[in-house]
Amino acid sequence: MLILSNIDRTFNKATVNEKKALVDISLRLDPGDFVTVIGGNGAGKSTLLNLIAGVHRCDRGSVALDGEDITHLPEYRRAKYLGRVFQDPMRGTAGDMNIDENLAMAKRRGSVRTLRWGISRAEREEYREKLGTLGLGLEDRLGTKVGLLSGGQRQALTLIMATLKKPKLLLLDEHTAALDPKTAEIVLRQTNEIVSGKGLTTLMVTHNMSHAIKYGNRIIMMNGGKILFDISGGEKKNLKVEDLLERFKVSQGQELDNDRMLLA
Amino acid sequence: MGDFFNLIRAWHGAVAEGIIWSVMTLGVYITFRILDFPDLSVDGSFVTGGAVAAMFVAYLNVNPFLALLASLAAGMLCGLITGFINTKMKIPGILSGIITMTALYSINFRIMNNSSTVALIGTNTVDVVVRDFFRGISAVNAQLIIGGVLALALIAFLYWFFGTELGSSIRATGNNPHMARSLGINTDSTVMVALMLSNGLVALSGGVFAHVQGSSSLSSGPGTIAIGLASVIIGEVVLGKKLGFILRLSAMVVGTVIYRLIFATVLFAGLKATDMKLISALVVCFALYLPTARKRFVSWQTRKRGRVPQLGLVPDAVMEDIIDGSDKDPDEPNLHD
Ligand SMILES: Nc1ncnc2c1ncn2[C@@H]1O[C@H](COP(=O)(O)OP(=O)(O)OP(=O)(O)O)[C@@H](O)[C@H]1O
Ligand SMILES: [Mg+2]
Repeated sequence: MLILSNIDRTFNKATVNEKKALVDISLRLDPGDFVTVIGGNGAGKSTLLNLIAGVHRCDRGSVALDGEDITHLPEYRRAKYLGRVFQDPMRGTAGDMNIDENLAMAKRRGSVRTLRWGISRAEREEYREKLGTLGLGLEDRLGTKVGLLSGGQRQALTLIMATLKKPKLLLLDEHTAALDPKTAEIVLRQTNEIVSGKGLTTLMVTHNMSHAIKYGNRIIMMNGGKILFDISGGEKKNLKVEDLLERFKVSQGQELDNDRMLLA
Repeated sequence: MGDFFNLIRAWHGAVAEGIIWSVMTLGVYITFRILDFPDLSVDGSFVTGGAVAAMFVAYLNVNPFLALLASLAAGMLCGLITGFINTKMKIPGILSGIITMTALYSINFRIMNNSSTVALIGTNTVDVVVRDFFRGISAVNAQLIIGGVLALALIAFLYWFFGTELGSSIRATGNNPHMARSLGINTDSTVMVALMLSNGLVALSGGVFAHVQGSSSLSSGPGTIAIGLASVIIGEVVLGKKLGFILRLSAMVVGTVIYRLIFATVLFAGLKATDMKLISALVVCFALYLPTARKRFVSWQTRKRGRVPQLGLVPDAVMEDIIDGSDKDPDEPNLHD
């Protein structure tokens, strides 16, 4: 269970470039919640995920995960609890290292790195099996450098890596945005299978409104560093894109600036 | 004819020295290629290694092997300092190295009892011990034995180390620090461990070099990094980068030996020993310029002929190797096959 309380985050404070990225954000995720996050450019979605992951610290407020206050824990120590997939396919994997080496590092997320050999034979079997479920043929290429994979393959691999050791919270920041539509669908479907299969608590940022509606049990819309609304349950199930646009208009008194958001 | 034999003799010595210096190149390889951190502190830690190894045998009468261990430890301390400046004080890598290097100049002078050279004539150095052990072998052959054993042991050690969990996390840190942190790797620590290992090897090399040369001197430091980089690049160009990890490490030894052979030949041809730093600088500069040169060349050719150029002069595979200085070549075989 994730609890964010009254979080503020301002970039470049007291300069002309001052930017309030998050303003008094409070949010509570129950175990098993699969929350999709939407919002225009600069709404603060990435900042929110980065704050939870410890990439940025908050100016005010606290982050608690399963009762532990992690507000001041450095990024590498929070990693123990978090699975993350990023928008940039390059970011989640080490391109110069093999597929199996990447997986082996992900499997050791949160444990002390010792002088034991970095990967065991038994592990390789496990990875082969896991990669097989993707249906991308990666199971026969364990010894291939990740740098040789396509963006979609890399994202699928990062997804497996993020969930290899069950995270308390899975953070997905537009992880299909850099992929072509067909590959994006495949990766999203895999995401959904893994999340529901393992019952993972998940925050998924997407710029695709219909994806945000189709997946998950809860949807959050952000704008100007605030959470505008938070819809779950039956209401979320019956939501339409038009409803979202309408609700945005009502709360903000203006049309949604949708240069990046996909409505359909 | 006498000249010819002199040249052969010079080459013989160059091979021996090259193998000893290759320990330093392996250290530079760790930072420059694996950690992606151009570490200039080696200009200082090479001398620190030499100074410690010299003082331990000359003044403390310590067993020469223990003296070399002390060099290794001193070098690791130097690396730790650079790592601390970089990761904890958030000073950029190049500057961190310069700071340590500068500070070490004064410290090395103090280690050497406030003098700029320490002579080791008539002291019990490693090569003396080895020559006693293998009765009657020449000084150069003793150097070959010392350097060869050390280089082989280190290649085996590094192969093992970079395959361990800790070693893998260092490689990940050099390759993608964001990913490393997101997987729970403390990148501050991995940077420090890698810098310690690197500077430890550089200092060890400096220690052995001081022993076999019979002196330790402050002036042996400046330019070490350029020599190391030149050796790394020569090794990669000669053996190619599409090799397994063991061979890539071995290429560092080959590269350093070739560097020393060039050095010996240049001296033989009448240039001064001090000219060699200019040559290393040019080698490094040219090698680092190649990727840009290639891009310019390609766009110039395309503009001129309106088609994709053929790189006729140099075989493509070799050209790829030379220009791909970034080590981000995904075609390289895997580390531990
Ligand atoms: N490191 C930073 N330094 C300064 N400003 C930043 C930084 N990161 C984000 N910002 C600013 O904070 C605001 C929120 O950015 P954020 O990246 O969280 O938006 P987002 O909702 O993820 O948008 P997008 O859909 O474009 O990814 C933006 O105005 C952005 O310019
Ligand atoms: Mg974003």
